[in-house]
Amino acid sequence: MDLEYSPEYRDFRDEVRAFLDENKHQAPGPRGATPGQPPNSPKAWQQLLIEHGYAARTIPREYGGYGAEPDILKTRIIAEEFARARVPPGHSGDNRLVPTVLELGTEQQKQWLVPPSVRGEMSWCQGYSEPGSGSDLASLSTKAELDGDEWVINGQKIWTSGAQNADMMFCLVRTEPDAPKHNGISYLVFSMDTPGIDVRPLVTMTGDAFFNEVFFTDVRVPKDQIIGKRGEGWFVANTTLRYERGGLGDPNEAENRFNRIADIMQRETVGGERLIDNPIYRDRLLKLQGQILAMKFNGMRVLSHNIKGEEPGLPRWIVKLNGCELNHQMAGLAIDVLGELGLLYDGSPYLRDGGFWQARYMLDLGLIIGGGTAQIQKNMIGERALGLPKEPKVAEAGA
Amino acid sequence: MDFALGEEQRMLQDSIARYLESGCPLERVRDVAEAGDARADDVWQELTNLGVHGVLVGEDYGGVGLGLLEAALIAEALGAAVAPVPFAASAVMAPVALADAGSGEQKEAWLPRIAAGEAVIGIGVSEQIGRRETDGVRAENGRLNGKAMFVLDAAAADALLIASDDGALHLVDPSANGIERAKLKTIDRTRTVAEVVLSDAPAELLPGSADNREPLLRMIDAGRLMLAADTLGAAQTMADKAVAYAKERRQFNRVIGSFQAVKHMCAEMAAELEPCRSLVWYAAHAYVAIPEEGRLMACHAKAHLSEVGKFVARKSTEVHGGMGITDLLGLHYWFKRIGFNRQLLGAPELVREEAAQAQAWV
Repeated sequence: MDLEYSPEYRDFRDEVRAFLDENKHQAPGPRGATPGQPPNSPKAWQQLLIEHGYAARTIPREYGGYGAEPDILKTRIIAEEFARARVPPGHSGDNRLVPTVLELGTEQQKQWLVPPSVRGEMSWCQGYSEPGSGSDLASLSTKAELDGDEWVINGQKIWTSGAQNADMMFCLVRTEPDAPKHNGISYLVFSMDTPGIDVRPLVTMTGDAFFNEVFFTDVRVPKDQIIGKRGEGWFVANTTLRYERGGLGDPNEAENRFNRIADIMQRETVGGERLIDNPIYRDRLLKLQGQILAMKFNGMRVLSHNIKGEEPGLPRWIVKLNGCELNHQMAGLAIDVLGELGLLYDGSPYLRDGGFWQARYMLDLGLIIGGGTAQIQKNMIGERALGLPKEPKVAEAGA
Repeated sequence: MDFALGEEQRMLQDSIARYLESGCPLERVRDVAEAGDARADDVWQELTNLGVHGVLVGEDYGGVGLGLLEAALIAEALGAAVAPVPFAASAVMAPVALADAGSGEQKEAWLPRIAAGEAVIGIGVSEQIGRRETDGVRAENGRLNGKAMFVLDAAAADALLIASDDGALHLVDPSANGIERAKLKTIDRTRTVAEVVLSDAPAELLPGSADNREPLLRMIDAGRLMLAADTLGAAQTMADKAVAYAKERRQFNRVIGSFQAVKHMCAEMAAELEPCRSLVWYAAHAYVAIPEEGRLMACHAKAHLSEVGKFVARKSTEVHGGMGITDLLGLHYWFKRIGFNRQLLGAPELVREEAAQAQAWV
C-alpha cells in the first residue's frame, strides 16, 4: 500500500500545473475569453494541448497525436489537473471510434479518419440502438445490402447522442441476414451528409434533445467504408463498447458532486437552522459519503491494477452500476434538502447551482438505463464475475 | 502509487485463512458455541504460533510489530471463518492503548504476555459511546465504582481495561475484590461480552490517558476498524456461499443461479461488498499513515460495513431458501457475527454522527 506518487509523477504534475497557469487564458469558453474579443477557438486550444502532450497523448504522431507511450497515471494526472483548474480538457478525437480504427482499421482508414477527428474537425455519433434492439443489441435489423461498389442502408436508429451536430456516424448494420445474429453484423462509417439520412431530435424529460432518431432510406455508402470484415461488426463494436464503458460512473466526479451538496447543506438555512443541522438530512448525507468513499478507493484499486497491466475483475465490473446509482441518489438528496427550491428549473429565479440538481436527477436516471441498464450490469456481474450460468435461451422462433 | 496489498500482507492473510480452513471448520465453531466456551483453545494456540496476538505488539516486547492494515487482514480472516477467539479487544485495542498511554511498567507487564498468547485483555468502553442511565464508571483515588456493560473479549480475560466517565483508562484485575464479572448471552456465541460491576475496585490508571481522551478515541477507532474488517470477512463468506449454492441447487430443471431474480441478488451482494474491501484497506492505512483522516475513515468503515454486512447477511440467507435459516446449514453463525459487529462500539447511526463531528459539521 503506497499512496505517494514517485518523483517522476510529482514532476509531471508540476509540469501540467505550470502549463495551465501559463496558458489557461487561451482556453475556449467564457472563463478564457478576453473581454471584447471573440472566444478562443476550441480547435486552436486542442492543437496547443496536443503539442504539449495533454490531448491525444497516446495517439501516434503519424495520425496527428502526441505519440507518447501509454501511461495510465499520467493520463489521470492530466485529467485531475485540468479539472482542478476548471479548464476544458482536450480530447482524443472520439474515445469510442478512434481506438477502434487504430486497432482494427486499414492504413487508409486510419489516415482518413484519425487525424481530422483528433484535430476536432470530424465529430462522431454512434448508430447502435434501434427501437426493437436495446439491451438485446445484437438483434438489430437496420440492413445494408451490397449493390455494386456501394452498401445500401435502410432502417432506423434511436438514442443517437449528438446526431444533429455530428459530421460522421459509426453504425452497426445487418449485412448477413441468414447468419446467426451475432455473426451477421457489419460496422460501417459514413458522413451524416449522405443523402437519405433523416435526423429527428428526441426530446427527453429534461426538456433537451440530446438524443435523436435517425432514419435511413436507401443511403448509399462506398463499399470500403467498413471497419473490420463483413459479419464481424459485433466483435468490432465490442472493442468500442469496452472504451465507452470506462467513462460512466467516474468516482472522482461523484466526490466533487458530494462536496457541492455538503456545501449547500452548510450554507442554506431553513427556519434559522442550517440544513445540515437536521439530523435526518445529515444522516442521509453521511450514508452517501460512506458509499462514495468506498467507490473512490475502489477506483484507486482499479487504477493500480491497470497500471500494472492486470485485469481488475470484480472491482471494475461494479463501477457503472454503483457509480450511476450514487450520482442519482446524490441529486435526489440535493433536491430533497432544498425543499420547494428543489423544484425550480430552467432559469427560474432563486434557482440553486443553476438548476444542476434537477437536471442531474433526470440525466442520471437516463445513465442508469443507458450504456447497459442496471439489470444488464447485474447480469454481467453475475455471469462474468461470479460465474453464474446464463438464462437458458428461449427458442429463437418461440413466441 | 499502488493501492494494493503487498506480497507479505497477502501471504500473512493467506496463511491464517489456510490454517483456519483446516483448523477451525464449522464443526469446531459449533462445539465452542454450544458449550458456551470463551474460546477454542486449540485455535488460539495455533494463532499464537502464527503471530496473530502479537501483530501490533512491538518487537521490543516480543511481538511482530506490524500495522493496523495487517491487523485488519487478520480480523477479516477470523470473520470469514467465524473463529471463536478473542482478537479485536485483546490483540488490537489493548496494545494500541498500552502503547499510547501505558507506563513503561504496564507495557512491560502486559505486551509480552499478549504477544505470547499468555494473557487476554478485555475492553470496557461501551459507556463512552452510548451510556445507559444505570451504567457508567467513576474513578476516585485509584478505585473504580459503577458498572461497565458489554465488556468485549471479557470471559477469558486476565485483565480488563475499563474507561471511566472522564475518558481515562484503567487496568483492572478481574479476580480482585470488588469486581463481579457476569457473561452476557448474545446472539453471537463466537465472541464474549460481560457485565462488570465495580465496587471500590482497585484499578491502575494508564498515565497517558489522564485528562486526555485521545488514547481512548484512538483505541475505539482501531476497535471499530477491526469489527468492520471482521464483517468484511464474514459477509464475503456469506456471499461466496450464496453464489456456490446458486450454482448447485436445482429447481424447475435449472440451477437457480440461472434465474435473474437469484442472479441479481448475488450481483447486488458483490456490488455492495467489493468496494468495502477498499474502504477497509484505506481506513486501516490512514489510521497509521494519514492520521488527520483516521477517525473519519474508521467511522465510515464501521458504519458502512455494518450496513452492507446486514444487507449481505439477509440476501445470502434468502438465496439459500429454507435451508438458510436452519441450524443444520449453520449460515446463522455468520449472520449473527455480522449482527454483533454492527451493534458493538456504536451502531451505524451513532458512528455516522461521530463522522459528522470529525468534519465539524455539527
